[in-house]
Amino acid sequence: MQTGVSAFDLILGGDPALYAIIGLSLTVSFSATLLAAVIGLPLGALLALVRFPGRAVIVVVLNAFMGLPPVVVGLAMYLLLSRSGPLGFLGLLFTPEAMILAQAVLVIPIIAALTRQTVEDLWVEYRDEMTAMRIGPAARIGALLWDARFSLVTTLLAGFGRAAAEVGTVMIVGGNINGFTRTMTTAIALETSKGDLPLAIGLGIVLITLIVAVNAGAAAARRLGEIHAG
Amino acid sequence: MPVEIMRAPPSELPITIADASVRSGGVTILEGISLVLAPGAPTVLIGPNGSGKSSLLRLAMGLLAPTSGRIMWGGRGTTAGDRRAIVFQRPVMLRRSVAANVAFALGRGMLARRAHADRVAELLDLVGLSALGARPARRLSGGEQQRLALARALARNPEVLFLDEPTANLDPAATKAVEDIIVRVAAAGVKIVLATHDLGEARRLAGDVVFMVKGRVRESAPAKSFFADPTTREAQAFLSGDLVI
Repeated sequence: MQTGVSAFDLILGGDPALYAIIGLSLTVSFSATLLAAVIGLPLGALLALVRFPGRAVIVVVLNAFMGLPPVVVGLAMYLLLSRSGPLGFLGLLFTPEAMILAQAVLVIPIIAALTRQTVEDLWVEYRDEMTAMRIGPAARIGALLWDARFSLVTTLLAGFGRAAAEVGTVMIVGGNINGFTRTMTTAIALETSKGDLPLAIGLGIVLITLIVAVNAGAAAARRLGEIHAG
Repeated sequence: MPVEIMRAPPSELPITIADASVRSGGVTILEGISLVLAPGAPTVLIGPNGSGKSSLLRLAMGLLAPTSGRIMWGGRGTTAGDRRAIVFQRPVMLRRSVAANVAFALGRGMLARRAHADRVAELLDLVGLSALGARPARRLSGGEQQRLALARALARNPEVLFLDEPTANLDPAATKAVEDIIVRVAAAGVKIVLATHDLGEARRLAGDVVFMVKGRVRESAPAKSFFADPTTREAQAFLSGDLVI
């Protein structure tokens, strides 16, 4: 009980350390999802519409990569970004930017694979009309992504959920540095191991609340959009 | 001052189909079709379900390639023309507003933005949907969706318009609304090629009739003579209401 009260005290008391962690976590996860969307949405749409040798293999790999182990991605990104790695000259290791890149790598397959499926299903419905209208490939992709936008909100939420709940990757490439790269998930892991359960529980409550709030907001936006646009 | 020469777009008509057959997966869909679709009054394809009417429309539209035989548009053996449009039996509404559906069909860069909006308004007025421009297209009734599909098809100023059972499953009022539009469009000089199994509709709209059974054209004649004096046994049976299988 005591721990529960302490956790709420931290949240409601506006603890600066807690809110700094929350702010960084949201920034990193939103940025990673945005970056992954910029790459994953058109990639998924292309795979849905374009037939080429090896496409089936890429689709299978993409689907498999939806379950990429975060620590393996973290290790790969660490090797890439470490001082002796190919991207070491960027000096990104143990920075929030490295965390964004690493989370984006985790989220891109989720967004691309789910987008491919969504757009492919819509294309089956639209193919005759768009072929008859002689709509070019680029316009087709744009139109399909636009018309699937409400379904794709769920795809983006799945990506955001994966990024926000992830701990292994950001722990490895961010280093869990207090006040700089500490996120909610890495802080929960650290505080639990230290036995500081109030902070860990407080962060856990905030994390779940935020994910529920983001999903609820997106669901409301989706519903409103569907009513408005059909 | 340089003189700009405006070249008229190549005509799509006549559409000449010469001994064309379509086979798919060992099944013959169309067999030995020879037909000329010339400018003029609407040509109506009639026949029982599965007779190949929709496939013939797709062939003439260029959406289906003949397995043998050939097809020419305006004397050209190419599908490159851009003045053909089709309304499918179950037109798919894009997930956007009524006006946005028409705007999408207009395409980008064809018209200036202002002219674009004017053209959308003009087309919606033509099909009687001006008041519903902002409504989501998928929320329209079946008859309204058919009228929107017509507006979308007309967006690119087609010279020939293919209509696949445009009034199937519509009530009499909605059917009349769609047929009135077809009559107006035909009067404006657009060649209508329409598939239907509704004899009443064929009588109301047809200038020429093409009667099909089992993927073959059994009879092709001016509507008046076809309905007054069909020459084939199948056509006589079809017109008298007997089952033609």
